[in-house]
Amino acid sequence: MSDQAFVRSEIIEEQTPPLTAFGLVGWLKSNLFSNWFNAILTFISLYFIWYVLSGVLPWIFLSVWNAGSLSECREIATATWGDSHGHACWAVIKDRWIQLLFGFYPSELYWRPILAFVLLLISLAPVLYTSVPKKIFYLTAVYPFILPWLMWGGSVWAYVSALLGFVLGYAIVRYTSEIVGQLGAVILSVIGAIVWWLYIGPLLLSQGVGAILPLALEPVISRDFGGFMLALLIGVVAIGCSLPIGIVLALGRQSDLLILKTISVWFIEFIRGVPLITLLFVASTLLNIFMPPGTNFDIILRVMIMVTLFASAYMAEVIRGGLAALPRGQFEGADSLGLNYWQSQRLIIMPQALKISIPGIVSTFIGVFKDTTLVSIIGLMDPLGLSQGIRANAEWNGIYWELFAFIAFLFFIVCFSMSRYSMYLERKLQTDNR
Amino acid sequence: MKKSFVLGTLAVAGLAAGAAAAGTLDDVQARGTLNCGVSTGLVGFAAPDANGEWSGFDVGVCRAVAAAVLGDAQAVEFVPTTGKTRFTALASGEIDMLARNTTWTFSRDVDLKFEFVGVNYYDGQGFMAPKELGVSSAAELDGATVCIQTGTTTELNLADFFRSNNMSYEPVPIETNAEAQQQYLAGACDVFTTDASGLAATRATFENPGDHVLMPEIISKEPLGPLVRHGDNNWGDVVRWTLNALVTAEELGVTSANVGEMSAGTNNPEINRLLGTEGTLGAMLGLDGDWAKRAIMVGGNYGELFEDNIGEATPIGLARGLNAQWTDGGLIYSPPFR
Repeated sequence: MSDQAFVRSEIIEEQTPPLTAFGLVGWLKSNLFSNWFNAILTFISLYFIWYVLSGVLPWIFLSVWNAGSLSECREIATATWGDSHGHACWAVIKDRWIQLLFGFYPSELYWRPILAFVLLLISLAPVLYTSVPKKIFYLTAVYPFILPWLMWGGSVWAYVSALLGFVLGYAIVRYTSEIVGQLGAVILSVIGAIVWWLYIGPLLLSQGVGAILPLALEPVISRDFGGFMLALLIGVVAIGCSLPIGIVLALGRQSDLLILKTISVWFIEFIRGVPLITLLFVASTLLNIFMPPGTNFDIILRVMIMVTLFASAYMAEVIRGGLAALPRGQFEGADSLGLNYWQSQRLIIMPQALKISIPGIVSTFIGVFKDTTLVSIIGLMDPLGLSQGIRANAEWNGIYWELFAFIAFLFFIVCFSMSRYSMYLERKLQTDNR
Repeated sequence: MKKSFVLGTLAVAGLAAGAAAAGTLDDVQARGTLNCGVSTGLVGFAAPDANGEWSGFDVGVCRAVAAAVLGDAQAVEFVPTTGKTRFTALASGEIDMLARNTTWTFSRDVDLKFEFVGVNYYDGQGFMAPKELGVSSAAELDGATVCIQTGTTTELNLADFFRSNNMSYEPVPIETNAEAQQQYLAGACDVFTTDASGLAATRATFENPGDHVLMPEIISKEPLGPLVRHGDNNWGDVVRWTLNALVTAEELGVTSANVGEMSAGTNNPEINRLLGTEGTLGAMLGLDGDWAKRAIMVGGNYGELFEDNIGEATPIGLARGLNAQWTDGGLIYSPPFR
């Protein structure tokens, strides 16, 4: 019967896919030219990229590195390419990069901020990576005291005394809480630490041991701080302090204790309600007027406190978001295990809440770090402030893009690393089955 | 961490602050450095070099005062101030004097409670336009777009000028001088207006300065000078007469080169009084007899400071103009040293 349908009796051999479906061509076809509309978009995008790069790349790479002034740069560019337009003058960076990094910090003491930075990386390592030996935590614990000593100099004993005050406070809590109860122990430890800081410590260490063993670094005044070092210093302190303060504020806001809750809410809402720049103006001008004339409350310290407070308020809200995302069962589970408030926070609530908040926390960190450039408006010599100072020299007057590009590059390195680390951390801590 | 910072740096800052209740002169001498407020960077007037060493016309005044009071022109702590922080920095005592081309106005002198000790630069608002525009006088600017910094006295002066001349203009508001330069070069406005010294400095940075002309009209008075706080007249006298000493030195022909020779004694009694070989002018100020000599030796007399920092030999290339000595038809005039 001839009307029988076709039945294949043998299987056709495997064939290579058509040329347009695999390899480079296939990828291009499926991703860039899948239909006429995408093809047009591809061409427009390509043209746009080419247009930007053709302007930027020659500017960056066909540039002048060796010149003493902007006009010399222009002469060299004109002699080399026939036109001084569209060629960067990196000579200004070559001339001033040290200043852009360190400000007016005395050049023979550059090792101190560099050492402080290296120690910062080392003491951060155990916090950031679990594979690092835990013993380094001891360095992390004393680093907050090493940093100001290295940066500002002065007698080491003032910082040792400050450190011992904390040790003393901890010891009091540890050994008296069984006798006088937890609250009593905390009150005692605060009193003990304050007495130590104000009376015993200075007497014993600064004057006693300090006189016998004067271990001091040459003091550097805050006005000499500047450049990227200043941005990093303010950023690190604000980031380092704002996380714990933010956690406390977030917990305070969720607390049942009325006064604590009210204070936290008002603090957060007030700080978030005003721009950082007004806080900086308060730090730089208003505080000066409130305080008795002649008191010279360090300007960088004032700025650090303000930036820290600012960052803490944002941090508190980010962490509150993390807390709100936790199911009610987690809190109840912690209670049912018989854990007290701090134990449940430390062991169950915070690890989860912080993990949820990582992207928000890191965004806040990055934002705070970039906000440090605002200090140029109150006359501190951060990289942007210095760029104005550099431009005020007759040799470099009129140079803009090169300085801004360099500063942007410095900030990009730090912010991009933070962002990549947070992605690494998120991947590492991912426990759900999404 | 924060607590340790407070304690640690307070300890350091506490040492530096010391006691401060006596007169500013005593404070400065006890401290051993002069805290002088300057601009965060203004071409020719104040700028840090690659080593962080400040120089400029305003900086020269600070150094002269430091030399007169402390005997060391390097004993100056330069405090960069912005337009917004300068007055509080002075009022709060963070700085001892402000030399940051600040215009002497009634309200600043009276209401803000400062003491302008003199004028070291007579400035005024001018206009700059591209040569190809074919404008040679500000009177021909009817209908022009003007790049102008917002929130400054220049903005008000501009409005007054155009209104009183029955002309119209379109303002292009701009935040900073740096931005203004870029906008002007990009052709966003026909004319750029700011203080004449700033215009000259800006034009000097252009790739082709010759393509731009400065209009001859100056439409406002901007007397710039150093200032101190109200209430410490002795300190105000020290700064005022240090500035006057520089001006008088130029008038009498005392320069940084010949001051050593002249301080041995001359036939001109005023020079002798200035340099302390006759009379006790220094002691009246609470300083020693050589104070003016030291001030002049730092950067030279007023004329030398002018020529070295902003004069015609520098890229900024400002002519003396109003800032010539009164004997040459300018306004620079010091009361006599007697």
